[in-house]
Amino acid sequence: MTTSSANSIATHRHDRLRQWLLSTAPRSRRQARLGRAYIAWLTFIENRLAMIGLGIIIVLVAAAALAPIIAPYAPNAPNLAERLMPMSSAHWLGTDELGRDILSRIIHGSRLTLYVIVLVAIIAAPVGLLIGTVAGYIGGWLDVVLMRVTDIFLAFPKLILALAFVSALGPGIENAIIAIAITAWPPYARIARAETITIRKADFIKAARLQGAGPIRLIWGHVMPLCLSSLIVRVTLDMAGIILTAAGLGFLGLGAQPPLPEWGAMISSGRKFMLDQWWVAAMPGVAIFVVSLGFNLLGDGLRDVLDPKAEGR
Amino acid sequence: MGQDSGTSPQGSRVWHYGRKLSALAATVALTFIGLLFVTFLIGRVVPIDPVLAAVGDRAPAEVYERVRIELGLHLPLYQQFLVYIGKVLQGDLGQSVLTANAVTTDIARVFPATLELATAATLFGIVLGIPMGVLAAVHQGRWPDQLLRVVGLFGYSVPVFWLGLMGLLLFYGRLDWAPGPGRLDVFYEGLLDPVTGVILIDSALAGEWDIFRNALAHITLPAAILGYFSLAYISRMTRSFMLEQLNQEYITTARVKGVSERAVVWRHALGNVRIPLVTVIALSYGNLLEGSVLTETVFAWPGLGFYLTQSLLSADMNAVLGGTIVVGAVFIGINLLSDALYRLMDPRAR
Repeated sequence: MTTSSANSIATHRHDRLRQWLLSTAPRSRRQARLGRAYIAWLTFIENRLAMIGLGIIIVLVAAAALAPIIAPYAPNAPNLAERLMPMSSAHWLGTDELGRDILSRIIHGSRLTLYVIVLVAIIAAPVGLLIGTVAGYIGGWLDVVLMRVTDIFLAFPKLILALAFVSALGPGIENAIIAIAITAWPPYARIARAETITIRKADFIKAARLQGAGPIRLIWGHVMPLCLSSLIVRVTLDMAGIILTAAGLGFLGLGAQPPLPEWGAMISSGRKFMLDQWWVAAMPGVAIFVVSLGFNLLGDGLRDVLDPKAEGR
Repeated sequence: MGQDSGTSPQGSRVWHYGRKLSALAATVALTFIGLLFVTFLIGRVVPIDPVLAAVGDRAPAEVYERVRIELGLHLPLYQQFLVYIGKVLQGDLGQSVLTANAVTTDIARVFPATLELATAATLFGIVLGIPMGVLAAVHQGRWPDQLLRVVGLFGYSVPVFWLGLMGLLLFYGRLDWAPGPGRLDVFYEGLLDPVTGVILIDSALAGEWDIFRNALAHITLPAAILGYFSLAYISRMTRSFMLEQLNQEYITTARVKGVSERAVVWRHALGNVRIPLVTVIALSYGNLLEGSVLTETVFAWPGLGFYLTQSLLSADMNAVLGGTIVVGAVFIGINLLSDALYRLMDPRAR
């Protein structure tokens, strides 16, 4: 009796909040913003695949944050008595050639994966956004030059270019990140430019300009925020590609160096034992696949919510 | 066409094409110079002193100085870049430290293997991908469409080198259906004089059908793995092109006229999809050249990708940059070709 009445009060309050959020006549800017975010969220959670993607990403972030707590063993502690053990209750995913627990290494490796994608996104997305908005807003010869450079970078095969950069900078996870970021920004510049050109002549931009706003203020305060949603979609969809490239560099021995538990490098070292101890190479690959899949699913869902114009990639 | 088409349609058309062609040529030249600029910069950034690499660190100062001038390193950077462009245009990509051959010779030797693999993979993608895309568009929302979605998601998420390793494990290690890595069994190696360098063609020309069968068995697994990615891309694009066509009025007209559904789909609609598909196939071919770097490493396939990674690991910069230039140039060339084909085949794009 008491629980049901408490429940109904909670439901009632929930309904009030819902009505406030979904109101068609918001009374404050905050209410309008929150309401819009709530509607986007409602569309998003209807998409079951996107929710699965979000779940995978949350698990990845949690694994990275809590790695020392949840990993059953230390990632780099060799135990030569237990080399290449198959899957068992002691080692859920078996052990590698130095007797290290593969599950623990995969959990710790999630930190490296997250490190790579976050840094690439932090470097490449703002660069692309800046180049694209400036080229699109200023126009003229600056636009021609910047877009020519962008096209030249777009015309290169990405992985090969990253390989060449890493070979010059030397192997290592930081250099792999730089190399991937150098090859990742051009599509962002293209998207930002396209968005900028469509809104450049809009009335609200003219109004702001008449009020005396300079180009820096206009680009920063009025143009860039409107480019963000399509950029976020594209970056999320690119995350999977970034993970795959980083893993590929690791596999070739050009990314993270041993004993770091990078997933691509783990596959590479497990290759030697593949025919007999298949799990050493197979398990990190499953991790790469699941995380890339998560970003692809999430990106598809975000696109439906934030950027409904862009169907198909 | 221009406004002066009334006076001399023939002349204006030639002029129109000429202008478009020269604009295209300028774009390509600029992109290629950009590519060379990047490889040149990378070559300059490398912390290896090319003079020391040539003379060794015990050489006296005057020898060092002489070699430095011989290599042109005393010139200002922009002159070095011009010299570099001139050399590349003459086909001189320097010498490989690893094989002691000219890089151009090495690449000419390994390139046919990559070409063979990428072509086989693209064929795999076309033969399976187009029918799958058509079926998915016809049965939109039902199981062929869902299957296509899964194929696509898997293709965008799976690392190609891992898929290759798992393919080897399953089909070579466990089931013993596929032969191991490499282009031929050791037994057949060196029996064939390279004519084109493409073993499937060479063996057929020589009438060596044993070798042909062996080479075919060896290429099947890597081509299927690599081709999976082009399958995912081609089928996806076929689906969206087909959907666009099937909603057009001429399709309704054909149906109303009583044309059979099969002819409507496979002849009328697919016929119009042909042109954009050429572009898609060309693009996927270019991407496969890139994907072959990792696949070749997994399958010990002695092509350009394998050569590149071997050189990378031994810090053989001339070979790495030479390989980068060749792959980049082929990539640019393929993009250009697909653009030209599109213009040639579609009268609306002229």
